[in-house]
Amino acid sequence: MLNPTNNRYLSMFSTFTCGLLFAVGLQLAAMTHPSKIQGFLNVSGLWDPSLALVLFAATGIFSLGFWSIIKARINNQKSPILASSFQIPTATLIDKQLIIGSVIFGIGWGLSGFCPGPAIANLIYLDIKIFAFIIAMLLGMAIAKRLKKQ
Amino acid sequence: MIDYTQFTPLSALLGGALIGCSAFLLLYLNGRISGISGITSRLLEKPKQSTTASWLFVAGLIAGSALASSAFSLPVPKIDNSWPLIIASGLLVGFGSVYGSGCTSGHGVCGLARLSKRSLVSVPIFMLAAVLSYYLLSLAS
Repeated sequence: MLNPTNNRYLSMFSTFTCGLLFAVGLQLAAMTHPSKIQGFLNVSGLWDPSLALVLFAATGIFSLGFWSIIKARINNQKSPILASSFQIPTATLIDKQLIIGSVIFGIGWGLSGFCPGPAIANLIYLDIKIFAFIIAMLLGMAIAKRLKKQ
Repeated sequence: MIDYTQFTPLSALLGGALIGCSAFLLLYLNGRISGISGITSRLLEKPKQSTTASWLFVAGLIAGSALASSAFSLPVPKIDNSWPLIIASGLLVGFGSVYGSGCTSGHGVCGLARLSKRSLVSVPIFMLAAVLSYYLLSLAS
C-alpha cells in the first residue's frame, strides 16, 4: 500500500509528467506555431484543418477514458489514484461571463495565434515577444480574477 | 479549400492523442482537469497545494516542449506579429480565458469530451470570434 507521503510525491511527479506529455503533444502537432493556428482560422482562404484533427484526437482519447474509467470511479464514489477527490466543474449555467469571456478569448487568440498552452511551450525559444505575451496574459488573468470576485 | 501543402494529418492526430492521454492521466491520477488557463491563473494565487501542482504542471510543459524540440529537431516557430498586437492579444487571451472559465484545453478538449453544457456553448463562440478577428486583421494588413 502507498502511504500518504509517497502518494504526495507520486502526485507531484505525475503532475509534472502530464505537463510534459501535454507539451510534447503540442510540439509534435506543431500547435506551437502561430502559422498553424492562423491556417486553421483562415476559413475563407486556403484552410489548414490540422487543428481540428488535434482536437478530434485529444477529445476522442479523453472521452474514452472519461466515460469508461473515470465516470465509473465517480459513480462508485472512488477517489482519483493519487488525490482525495475529483475536481470537476459542476456549473451548468450559461451566464454573461461565459459568453463575454469566450468572445474576448477568441478575439485575442485570432490576433496572434497563441492560446495559453502553446504560449508557455514557446518560452523555451527565449523570444522577447513571448515573454511580453505571457506577462500581458498574466495581467489579463489578474484583472479577470478581480472582476469575477466582485 | 484545403491547403494540402500545410495540412499535417498524421502529426496532428499523434500530437492530439498525446494531449488526450495527458488530460486523462491528470484527471485519473490527480483528479484535476487540464485547463491550461485555470492552471496558469492559479500561479497568481497565494501558495497552497493547488499552486504547487500548477507550478509543476507548467514546469512540465516547458520541459516537454524543450525535450520534443531537441529530440525531434523541430523547427522554431516564427512570430511575426507587431508589438501592439502581441500585447493586446496576451491581455485579451488572459482576460477572456479566466472570465469565461476556460480556453482551448479546458473548454475545448476536456469540456467538449465531458459534454459540459458551458463548454458546448463556449467553444463555438471562441472559434467564431477567432475566425472573425483573424479575418478582420488580415483585411487590415
